Amino acid sequence: MRSKVESALPYGLLAPTLLVVVLLIVVPIFQAFLLAFQGSDGGFTLAQFQKMVHDTAFLDALKFTFLLLIFIVPLQIILALAMALLIHKRFRGHSIFLYIYAIPLAISDLAAGIAWLSIFTERGYLNSILHSLGIIDKPFLFLSYQNLPAVFGTIVIAESWRATAIVMVILLAGLEVIPRDYFEAADVFGATALKRTLFVVLPLLRPSLQNALIIRTIFAFQTFSVVLALAGRVIPVLTGEAYYWYAANRNPNVAAAYAVLVMVFTIFITIMYFRLLKTTDAEAGYD
Amino acid sequence: MAGIKFDSVRRVFGKTVASNDVSLEIKDGEFMVLLGPSGCGKTTLLRCLAGLERVDGGRIYIGDRDVTDLAPRDRKLAMVFQSYAVFPHLTVFDNIAFGLKMQGRPKDEIKRRVQEGAELLQLQDYLARYPAQLSGGQRQRVAVARGIVMQAQVLLMDEPLSNLDALLRLQMRAELKRLHAEIKATTIYVTHDQVEALSLGDRIAVMKSGRIVQCDVPMNIYDDPASVFVGGFIGTPPMNFLKGVVSAEGAPQVVVGESRIAPTPAQTPALAARRGQPILLGIRPENLAFASSAQRNTLRGHVVVVEPLGSHKLLTMQVSGETIKVSVPPDQSVASGNDVWLHFDADKIRWMDAGSGDTIH
Repeated sequence: MRSKVESALPYGLLAPTLLVVVLLIVVPIFQAFLLAFQGSDGGFTLAQFQKMVHDTAFLDALKFTFLLLIFIVPLQIILALAMALLIHKRFRGHSIFLYIYAIPLAISDLAAGIAWLSIFTERGYLNSILHSLGIIDKPFLFLSYQNLPAVFGTIVIAESWRATAIVMVILLAGLEVIPRDYFEAADVFGATALKRTLFVVLPLLRPSLQNALIIRTIFAFQTFSVVLALAGRVIPVLTGEAYYWYAANRNPNVAAAYAVLVMVFTIFITIMYFRLLKTTDAEAGYD
Repeated sequence: MAGIKFDSVRRVFGKTVASNDVSLEIKDGEFMVLLGPSGCGKTTLLRCLAGLERVDGGRIYIGDRDVTDLAPRDRKLAMVFQSYAVFPHLTVFDNIAFGLKMQGRPKDEIKRRVQEGAELLQLQDYLARYPAQLSGGQRQRVAVARGIVMQAQVLLMDEPLSNLDALLRLQMRAELKRLHAEIKATTIYVTHDQVEALSLGDRIAVMKSGRIVQCDVPMNIYDDPASVFVGGFIGTPPMNFLKGVVSAEGAPQVVVGESRIAPTPAQTPALAARRGQPILLGIRPENLAFASSAQRNTLRGHVVVVEPLGSHKLLTMQVSGETIKVSVPPDQSVASGNDVWLHFDADKIRWMDAGSGDTIH
């Protein structure tokens, strides 16, 4: 009897998580698919997807989603790696930096977007400071539709500020489990800091980099609140369009089509990362 | 080639003095073993030399270069780590070639030297493999090969054999000795295994609590330990110590239990200066032998345990209330419970101060 209870224990412990995942993720995914492919007569249709593709904002949304991805992900990985390597050095007071770096993690993305809005807006902090320093004599319109590169830039900055810390935490955790002997061996055998990073640290960090890239890319696809707060629909993105079709156009079917598209991209990119960054067991150090 | 000089090297971790103004000179091409129990500061001293640990005081020289403030990569040395630290993401070839690549050597030279190093350690057939596909002993060889191909003036080894099983350790020990004879690099070898130290070292520096307590050739360390600590640390089983008192009158003798031990003429003046004082008698287990009757320099002993070990029998005995170890020939007839006489030559005795534990000369 006892063994039966014991063998059931793991499933019992997993059950609550499983329940939440099914209710809040699996069921909505299923519903989204249903909505996306179901016509008004209840049969299968691609009409929603045609509507989505022919919408004037669609190509822009696609373009900006990928542009954000291309700018934000590498920038964040590099910044996060630098931050993680810095903290890994364990200099005096390094834990203070860790806390400072982690502050954005505690802030919801919409709040972060609004905080950056108050910086970049016409009468925001940045313009006030620049004005009081005498650098500009009238406010610079960072967030105007006439100045798309500036709007885009503010979104990249705000998103990087908001979500670099999570990448850093993943990379730092990865660094901490690498035995320091490897770094010391690299030092003794003549590696400069740069060579050590390129030839020893990065390869050994590959599993963590893979995780960080996947998580960061998925988040980048879902970028929404920060864009909404800073740019509204001046810079359209896929998730933003899904929201727009649902909330403003009251068309959940086209909204679902957008959601399905985002999911397909996400899955595709995740598989790509796994392929590109694959390590053999031998390389990863497993017997 | 180059000798090494530690000049009053000090390293402190919080309240622990890991290296307490250590001075040591190592000759060009010498194989120096740093020996001591864990926490004695031997690894710290090695890491200070490698540049992996900064020093809090003193200077370190390799040849005539003061390397104290140089980065590890500028010290031009090679090191074998206790954990091997063989890079898991590189093949055996790339691991061995790592240091040469960092130096930016030409490709054909790297290839030639890696081949030579691999041959020296019988790794030719494994060059394309990853470390995870190797046994512990092979990984250890890779770590040694990576160090040797650097042809560095100085080779550092931090307990390189401690993760190997007993048989492999025995093999690699002889292998390392052969390698050193071949490459003749100045070598510093850290270990807590006194057999390794005796086997490999041209000289041994015995360390305790951040200090070198004795530095000499292996046989001198074994025969003539500088203190109770060294005698008790070196040798399996270690040196025996018995409490005695120097006689107050007449020719100086030492009273141990019922027995009176007469020193050699050379030892006499030192003992004469300590009349009436307690003293420790140190004697190695193999320097004690059975005697048929009480004679000069005999002790009465009671056999507690007999361990036949093939090449000899190891006895645990009680002598004047203290437990000692005695090593006798395998054909010696003896059983536990026997009371026997133990004889020794006076010149095999080492006298130690009962307070400080230092050897009296």
